[in-house]
Amino acid sequence: MSDTLDVATPRSLQETPPLVQLSMQQAINRALGEILADDDRALIFGEDVGVLGGVFRVTDGLQARFGANRVFDTPLAESGILGTAIGLAMAGFHPIPEVQFDGFAYPAVNQIITQLARMNYRSRGRLPMPVTLRVPSFGGIRAPEHHGESLESLFSHVPGLKVVSPSNPQQAYHLLKHAVAMPDPVIFMEPKARYWNKAKVNLLDNVVDAMDPVGRASLEGSVIARPGKHATLIAWGAMVSRCLQVAELAAEDGIELEVLDLRWLKPIDEAGLAASVSRTRRAIVVHEGPHTAGLGAEVAALISQSCFNTLRAPVERVTGFDVPYPSGDLEDEYIPNIDRILFGVQRVLEYRRG
Amino acid sequence: MTPRALAATLDTLPLAQTDAPGFDPSRMRDLYRMLSNVRRLDTAAVAWQRQGLIPGYAPMLGQEAAQVGAGAAVDTTRDFVFPTYREMGVAYTLGVNMVDYMSTHKAIWHGGLYDSIATRFAPFQAVVGGSVLHAVGWAHGQTLNGATASAVEDGLGVGLAFLGDGASSQGDVHEAMNFAAILKAPVVFFVQNNGWAISVPTEQQVAGGSVADRAAGYGMPALRVDGNDVLAVLAATQRAVAHARAGLGPVVVEAMTYRRGPHSTSDDPGRYRTLDDEKIDGGEDPLSRFRDVLLAQGVADAAFFARVDAAAQQHADDIRDGVVALESRPGSEMFDFVFQESTPTLGAQARQWREESEHV
Repeated sequence: MSDTLDVATPRSLQETPPLVQLSMQQAINRALGEILADDDRALIFGEDVGVLGGVFRVTDGLQARFGANRVFDTPLAESGILGTAIGLAMAGFHPIPEVQFDGFAYPAVNQIITQLARMNYRSRGRLPMPVTLRVPSFGGIRAPEHHGESLESLFSHVPGLKVVSPSNPQQAYHLLKHAVAMPDPVIFMEPKARYWNKAKVNLLDNVVDAMDPVGRASLEGSVIARPGKHATLIAWGAMVSRCLQVAELAAEDGIELEVLDLRWLKPIDEAGLAASVSRTRRAIVVHEGPHTAGLGAEVAALISQSCFNTLRAPVERVTGFDVPYPSGDLEDEYIPNIDRILFGVQRVLEYRRG
Repeated sequence: MTPRALAATLDTLPLAQTDAPGFDPSRMRDLYRMLSNVRRLDTAAVAWQRQGLIPGYAPMLGQEAAQVGAGAAVDTTRDFVFPTYREMGVAYTLGVNMVDYMSTHKAIWHGGLYDSIATRFAPFQAVVGGSVLHAVGWAHGQTLNGATASAVEDGLGVGLAFLGDGASSQGDVHEAMNFAAILKAPVVFFVQNNGWAISVPTEQQVAGGSVADRAAGYGMPALRVDGNDVLAVLAATQRAVAHARAGLGPVVVEAMTYRRGPHSTSDDPGRYRTLDDEKIDGGEDPLSRFRDVLLAQGVADAAFFARVDAAAQQHADDIRDGVVALESRPGSEMFDFVFQESTPTLGAQARQWREESEHV
């Protein structure tokens, strides 16, 4: 199997091997190229996505392949990007806008919440918004202020939005194509700290993941990234790989941790959560975003509702703190690290009913 | 407050695009008919609120010429209008079913019950300046459609963004004008400068005094027009639409008019302006003014006006009957239109609502 793959080669001109080694950045780039090739109403636009190929090179080569009508640079104004996307969707296009960093979604929040999320509702279904907003998300790259935000609880709270975050190249490739095919607005949160990590990607459509807890098509709901029986670690985005590291370490001590990759943050896979935690009877939810009213609170509430009788301990939350996202020098103190997650696991395992 | 004089006409649209037709008599009578219907319906809607039929309404008294004139320049086979919450006159001129339009004021459905695709009139928009960018995106879509279409000689569909002097303060309006000019999108930014953003006068709202003046900074042509002269508005909007349709890019039209009534039926203009202010600043009533033109030109006579005004009253009464008959939408619709493809979570909430509210 080739480790390198020319991602700019059109799909039709290559023999697609069933498994290719891709970074998440390459996997998303490849998915975007296939989307543009397959759907002539799909458009990619944002700041520096054209000639430059995006600051993370996720759109590298796409303008050269598909032209400046399909892939274009916009003025530096995020509300303008989202408002324009809404109008293009009203004109029958399938916009895939990018905001360059999570924190730069804030200037677009008015258009996202008051317009994008509501247009289908306001128009009684006459003006659907098949818009997939790509947001390089979360922290971990020593970036300047507002380049490491976790917006999932904000967007998940908004009626009319769907929110998803892939954890690895395989998920990114398939979930992006799935999101773009959906007729509703999707916030696609790409864990920028994982852009450069390579993994094998099965490019075949309709790959049903063997780990899927309830055997559905692999692109909906959560997925079990590692099976275990003593407790469930629930995570998304970059925290999934960290939880897998934790599970590896815990296994050395005979603790078998299940890692549930939530993937969809709205809607949350309530059945998948319940299935896993009702087996392990202990749960730790891990996220980078601040603690209070973070998505972990929603996950904990869902678990307490579905698994109250079988839970052996209160649901533990290992999260960022209620502080502004710190400068790069301190971000390792902020983002849940292996030790903090292990402490959370320990608290859950050692809990005894008083 | 000093009387508001119309600033010197700003007219930067290339003369080559000037092909404003003369208006034939039946067209002029049609325009009056629409003005009269809109006036009666607007004043009736205020009365409906006082009668308790509808909870609120945003009157457009004084802006009839601006709205009918602009709406009459729209080609509903290919253009698309992006209104605010005060475009009843545009909606009427486009042929939107007015009971469906008024449904938003009866609190039946925020966006109104009309079909935006069929009417070419986007949903009722409550966010000031919220839909201006949508017009730019939609219009850019027409450019992209044109780029792949075999025949483009007929010209592009044009997006008409409606906004006011207050909205011109919003950052989104700047972003929209900049995007439109960069993309050379076929958009007409139709600004009704009605003197007031609720209680704040244009002098305290628009630095430099003119929204149209700003167009120059974006490299866009602009027209400033007497917004109380329906023929002038129609001619200006037609010129602007023709410019955009020809692929020459966006245009700003600033129609100078006056909001004669309150901002909404909850507003009390007595707290920020006097009746004398209104008389002086409001200028001549756009309806009586156009009536005088028609009389002077011999296009219509007193019998015509009596007939049209009586029909306008009948029209308003008919709409009232329709609004009275409007029934609440079923509560299940709260859940039906959130997504095209609903979610298990939302489905569960809908089931629970049904069980606990309808006891089924």
